[in-house]
Amino acid sequence: MKKIQLLSGVITVLLCVLVFHIDAQNPKGKYGTFALTNATVETVTKGTVKNATVILSDGKITAIGENITVPQGAQVIDCKGLFIYPGMIDGGTNLGLSEVGSDPRTQDHNELGDVIPQMKALTAVNPNAVAIPVTRVSGVTTALSSPTGEMFTGTAALINLHGYTPDQMFAGFEGVVLNFPNTGRRGFFDRRTDEEIKKASENAMKRLNEVWERAVQYHKIDSATKGKDAGYYPEMKALLPVVRGERALLIEANASKDILAALKWVKERKINKVVLTGVSEGWRVADQIAKAKIPVITGGVLELPTRESDRYDQAYANAGQMSKAGVKVAIRSAEMGNQNYRNLPYHAGFAVAYGMDKTDALKAITIVPAEIFGVADKLGSIEVGKSGTLFVCDGDPFETKTQIKQVFIEGWQIPMVSRQTLLYDEFLKREPGVNKK
Amino acid sequence: MLIKNATVLTVTKGTLTETDVLVKDGKIAQIGKNLAAPQGSKTIDATGLFVMPGIIDAHSHIAIDGINEASSPVTAEVAEGDVINPTQISIYRALGGGITAVHAMHGSANAIGGQCETLKLRYGTFDNDAMKMEGAPRTIKFALGENPTRVHGAGNSIVPRTRMGVEFVIRRSFSDAKKYAEDWDNYNKNKLVKGFRGAPPVYNLRLETLAEILKGNIIIHCHSYRADEIFMLLNVCKDFGIKRLVFQHVNEGFKVAPELAAYGAMASVFSDWWAYKFEVYYSTAYNAAILTRNGVVTSINSDDAEMMRHLYHEAAKTQKYGGLSDDEALSLVTINPAKQLGIDSRTGSLEVGKDADIAIFKNHPLSVYGVPQYTIVDGIVRFDRANDPADMRLMVDPKQNVEDASVLSDKGRDNCMDGTEFLFGDFSDADKK
Repeated sequence: MKKIQLLSGVITVLLCVLVFHIDAQNPKGKYGTFALTNATVETVTKGTVKNATVILSDGKITAIGENITVPQGAQVIDCKGLFIYPGMIDGGTNLGLSEVGSDPRTQDHNELGDVIPQMKALTAVNPNAVAIPVTRVSGVTTALSSPTGEMFTGTAALINLHGYTPDQMFAGFEGVVLNFPNTGRRGFFDRRTDEEIKKASENAMKRLNEVWERAVQYHKIDSATKGKDAGYYPEMKALLPVVRGERALLIEANASKDILAALKWVKERKINKVVLTGVSEGWRVADQIAKAKIPVITGGVLELPTRESDRYDQAYANAGQMSKAGVKVAIRSAEMGNQNYRNLPYHAGFAVAYGMDKTDALKAITIVPAEIFGVADKLGSIEVGKSGTLFVCDGDPFETKTQIKQVFIEGWQIPMVSRQTLLYDEFLKREPGVNKK
Repeated sequence: MLIKNATVLTVTKGTLTETDVLVKDGKIAQIGKNLAAPQGSKTIDATGLFVMPGIIDAHSHIAIDGINEASSPVTAEVAEGDVINPTQISIYRALGGGITAVHAMHGSANAIGGQCETLKLRYGTFDNDAMKMEGAPRTIKFALGENPTRVHGAGNSIVPRTRMGVEFVIRRSFSDAKKYAEDWDNYNKNKLVKGFRGAPPVYNLRLETLAEILKGNIIIHCHSYRADEIFMLLNVCKDFGIKRLVFQHVNEGFKVAPELAAYGAMASVFSDWWAYKFEVYYSTAYNAAILTRNGVVTSINSDDAEMMRHLYHEAAKTQKYGGLSDDEALSLVTINPAKQLGIDSRTGSLEVGKDADIAIFKNHPLSVYGVPQYTIVDGIVRFDRANDPADMRLMVDPKQNVEDASVLSDKGRDNCMDGTEFLFGDFSDADKK
């Protein structure tokens, strides 16, 4: 009898463990010391290391190499036949600021006002957005979450895709977003006349110059009064670090004319921390961008050409053409509409298929964005001392069928589930089937 | 034309290495090793290249000049075949992605929309009718859920405002059409009787079209997302004896995959689009794999002039999300959409006797590095990557002087709603979907 009781007790405990395991909607990450053994490590900055062990401890990479002793108590993960890459960084998202595209109640990236750099993306990043696990299980570990809107749309923030508060997710970079006055049509839905477009862009340029002059004035008063008497002008205060070259200005410009105008505008005002974003016609003016030594975050790559007269594959080729001309190029997915930032490696893959050097394309989604954001001491490559932010996969990460096996973000082992994988588990063989039995 | 020494992905009859494909009079004449080129025929050396059936997009809105007749919840009388524009540059760009045929669809503003047209991408012709795939079955667009309820219920304050209303609109329309067909049948029978004096029923193109659906002569292609509305239309079709039914988008098709399979309804889905509106919030990129594994004939479509240029890549995503085999993945953009459009006896695989609709790739088409080199429609090379000039426009707008350089990605936009923006006042983000 006692035996039976004991047995049933054990079974109950087992069942509980099993049920809890299955029911856990969002399994937790794990922290500790990990040894990833027998892997091929693509460090990005220091070549390929074969048959290597990578040790992650206390959130950091503490060792990489062939003959590494596994520390006591480390969890060993055999990566035989697998590859390790640094986490991918997407410089074009609104992750955490958008949940359902068509529902304004779930949209927090587009505040009212044309000059609102004081609006901080980090404030509104929802750490529990459903798209976050969907993105990270595909190896995209870090993303720039950007506000959208008219001119100075707000301050974008770089986030790691794991954490329970925006502070825990913050990856160490913020930049002010500027949509440079656009002389072109905004897209298929823009039905303004040519005259209206011209007038609007002239007005926008005038407005931008006025705002910048005011920001420079504010800087002078603030400096002269040592920050005491400049008055309460939150939008000016937010521009202050940009005027002083302490914070990056992320300038969105796409038409070649606008890119050149932006380069000229930046040069005339001697703004020294600038990143060009979008840059879909960068290939037309690649030499000038390279000469200005301004880095770009371009994309999405999977786009139509900007002009009907362009070669059909121009958008796919753009990143590679800029890179060949000597421009420092990062690639973004910019798949805001459908929250498909998980496709970032395919944007890089298409750039390669249409001419970009493969090493450059890998850098364009790892170390280059890390450098652009000033976080290359932590992210973007596999090096001792850097953050334990990486993924393990079974092949070339650009290849469509490659499976991502493990993801680590700042040393946390990420559960390899998202709502999309849970739905697969539930519905592949639905029970009941057609008949309710 | 002779395509020499290729890896031939027939899709239905396996993969053949170092194989030639002979094309004659627009048809595939022979597939085999060391075929002789007939005198005077063009030869494509495809050594190291991959030859596959031309890709078919079962959901597109290119090559047409009107998408939504959003003036009534039922507009079965209008037809995309009347507004074909063979000069759109999007046709050439699609050829650059290996596409040879598209289903040019009416939009999704109405519960019962307009008739669609199956087109071959014969870019270069200025003849609207020459774009039509002659002999392809008739098809019609239906739409459930947010789009018709938003346009008519919320926008115009007429039924349907809810999914209940959508069902009612469809049932009422079929009932009217049934009565209309019976009236005509009776008239045609009675008029043969000596002394009959009755007048014929009033001709009505809308009811005429709906009656053809009931008779099985028009395939329904229904825009849908949620499991409940998919199940609803299955029941409506069952009640009216309609068998030929394809669901479009069908993001929650995976939830009712057993029901779809049991009915014999087919599904044409996105590879991974989600989150752009509430009814696609509970989506999964494993949709195509779940549907396939449950026995539903499934295709992957674009609904988008950009995505249609890499449907081969979208198909490959089912290998990441669900582990489909090469042939299963390729079927999603070739033979399966052909079945859904009722043109599988003519196209969708490389078989002797079928139309010579062929795409030739450098690298395997399921690889991210796959790049279409030639696209052949009815035996004519319509896309040649190495030799075509950059500017391939057939028509140039002399008035255009402001360049179109879009700022942000339009991805995730539901093109089905094109032409209904005026109903929503402005062009804010939400209204583009």
